Amino acid sequence: MHDTLLRVSGINAGTEDKPILHDIDLAVGAGETHVLMGPNGAGKSTLGRVIMGDPAYQVNSGTIEFGGEDITDEAADKRSLAGIFLSYQAPVEVPGVPLYSYLRTITQKRPELKMTARKFRARVGEIADQLDMSGSFLTRELNVGFSGGEKKKIEMLQLLLLRPKLAILDETDSGLDVDALSVVSRGIEAYRADCGGALLVITHNTRILERLSVDRTHVMVQGRLVAEGPASLIDDIDAHGFEQFERANASGGDRA
Amino acid sequence: MSERTEKRTQVADVDRSLYDFTYSEEGYERYDDGLTPDIVRAISEKKDEPEWMLAMRLAALDTYHAKEMAPNWGPSIAGLDMDHISTYVSPRTKQAKSWDDVPDDIKNTFERLGIPEAERESLAGVGAQYDSEIVYHNMREDVAKDGVVYTTIEDALHDPQWEPVVHEYFGTLIPPADHKFAALHYAVWSGGSFVYVPTGVKVEYPLQSYFRLNAEGAGQFEHTLIIVEEGADLHFIEGCSAPKYYEANLHAGAVELFVKDHARLRYSTIENWSKNMYNLNTKRARVGADAQMEWVSGSFGSHVSYLYPTTILQGDRSNCEFSGITFAGATQDLDTGCKVILNGADTTATVDTKSISKDGGCNTFRSSVIVGRRAANARCSVSCQSLMLDDISRSDTIPAMDVRNATASVGHEATIGRISDDTILYLMSRGCSEPEARTMVVGGFANPVSKELPLEYAVEMNNLIKLEMEGAIG
Ligand SMILES: Nc1ncnc2c1ncn2[C@@H]1O[C@H](COP(=O)(O)OP(=O)(O)O)[C@@H](O)[C@H]1O
Ligand SMILES: [Mg+2]
Repeated sequence: MHDTLLRVSGINAGTEDKPILHDIDLAVGAGETHVLMGPNGAGKSTLGRVIMGDPAYQVNSGTIEFGGEDITDEAADKRSLAGIFLSYQAPVEVPGVPLYSYLRTITQKRPELKMTARKFRARVGEIADQLDMSGSFLTRELNVGFSGGEKKKIEMLQLLLLRPKLAILDETDSGLDVDALSVVSRGIEAYRADCGGALLVITHNTRILERLSVDRTHVMVQGRLVAEGPASLIDDIDAHGFEQFERANASGGDRA
Repeated sequence: MSERTEKRTQVADVDRSLYDFTYSEEGYERYDDGLTPDIVRAISEKKDEPEWMLAMRLAALDTYHAKEMAPNWGPSIAGLDMDHISTYVSPRTKQAKSWDDVPDDIKNTFERLGIPEAERESLAGVGAQYDSEIVYHNMREDVAKDGVVYTTIEDALHDPQWEPVVHEYFGTLIPPADHKFAALHYAVWSGGSFVYVPTGVKVEYPLQSYFRLNAEGAGQFEHTLIIVEEGADLHFIEGCSAPKYYEANLHAGAVELFVKDHARLRYSTIENWSKNMYNLNTKRARVGADAQMEWVSGSFGSHVSYLYPTTILQGDRSNCEFSGITFAGATQDLDTGCKVILNGADTTATVDTKSISKDGGCNTFRSSVIVGRRAANARCSVSCQSLMLDDISRSDTIPAMDVRNATASVGHEATIGRISDDTILYLMSRGCSEPEARTMVVGGFANPVSKELPLEYAVEMNNLIKLEMEGAIG
């Protein structure tokens, strides 16, 4: 096992009036690929956002460590600069902010990515090509008027540009057509190959996992991680769904 | 800080010293505070004006005294004590045609504001006013060869060719009786610009006038008179700024724009007044048939503003486009907007304004659309978007419409928005700090207006937004 990159210990979190996550323990080693599955409403997105530092959720107990540092109380920008990246299920539109200058700004926040304007332009062009994005995307406003698939590509573009140590992909594959899906898969592969970063993939869809070598699979039901296992757990879920876990959870059963 | 980083177009290094510096007015000629016929006579005599101008000034002074001090609407101007405003301050220097002939402190001022550099790089001509007088005026020779005139009203009045033209137009679009501060303006006006673009001449690069009010407790009353003849084309840029003082300063300029048939005028403004400024400015354009008037306006600073550029679409098929943005921070009460009068048939107007309110600042957007009886098929749409950055600020929209032609259509749309938490999270989770994220969203909100400006002015506007977001402007 690699060094532990992310360690979530005993996290209880939720909104002000609603507990959502219960006793979450999760460890992701540097460079590992983990998958998080679970029925709708289980709390997967919430876990992603809690790891990213969304202030909409309160952490009532437990800690989050990243690279050996306790980041439980850090703001999202600090976590981002430390190397955590969250690709959103529904990226927000930011009118009037040109995509290209936005990309330049967020890159310049990172000393390790220091490059000349010219090199930056070349790098962005290279990634855009990799993702089958036309250059005209870059002159448009951040996420404004893009289709769902295009927005996901813009998330991948940022992922490849920022080279985080951990990428949490929240249903980056959902709602994509076959072409967009293969582009996103290629993007994930490029991230693994070029950056060697760790992945936490939240998905319903096992297709995107076919080309990844998965180290661990986690199952979340009603705000709890109820099962954890090797890649083969995915096939099990594919065949039998989440029912077995839901039943186990309802009867207060042990983890699989 | 090095000279280089003090340039106003430098965005990375935002610093209030960009605008907020003063030079001593020692040795300057400063007239007594308050308003008397003697002061008006003294200004007129100093300028060696034609008789009609003095008569106009004195009549305007009577009108001024006859009118009520404050309107019964809009922000309070009780803090403005006219007995303590000097209406004329002259830096005692001759108008220069070369920056080398401008006294050092004044030259430094304009250099720090980036004017000579902009002139070299992207302008066809520049006028620079310091307090009450124009200290620098120059235009490229090729533009002059086309017959374009760009000078001060004072110089035009001394030129036998242009004196009758000034006489014909001056004060006709904004009459002295328009309101109390228009009357004040005509009594004590000084400086400003006279521009004449002959028939068919298209001026390739913009002309720019920059107005800097340096003296404490003083007023600036420049008059801008622009005539764009048939089929001609001009882009005029107006910049204004002043350092911070404790005593009230007053800006009561007047801008009269005559856009003849088939002509086009774009009038861009970036105002950045200090927060002790009362900005009571009046701007008006009259537009001929098939002609086009475009306003781009960025209003920053001032304690109180009353500002409603007016467009009279007189000729058939004439068109007006107005895009403006105002930013009100702590202690600011800005009453701005625009007025469009559609008189010609098939005239069209699009008004697109944005306001940003922060730290208890107050923005009121007032629009007035009047469609005349003759204006068959006139179309006007007014949109006002407000962005509120906190709960203690205010933003109001007050639209007025008077439509007297049944075939006309007028639309109004107003929205008030806030920055969503999800947007801030999105930007923060990509590495922007919270203030940076807010500034980025506000810059994006302003972008439809700033992108209408030439690049370096767009950069300046973004710079001003950053300063306002940091609360750094005095
Ligand atoms: N900001 C929020 N406010 C209120 N309820 C929320 C909020 N975020 C998530 N929830 C609730 O928490 C539960 C888990 O949601 P979510 O994490 O989006 O699930 P998943 O991603 O697994 O589908 C759901 O019942 C959802 O309605
Ligand atoms: Mg989800």
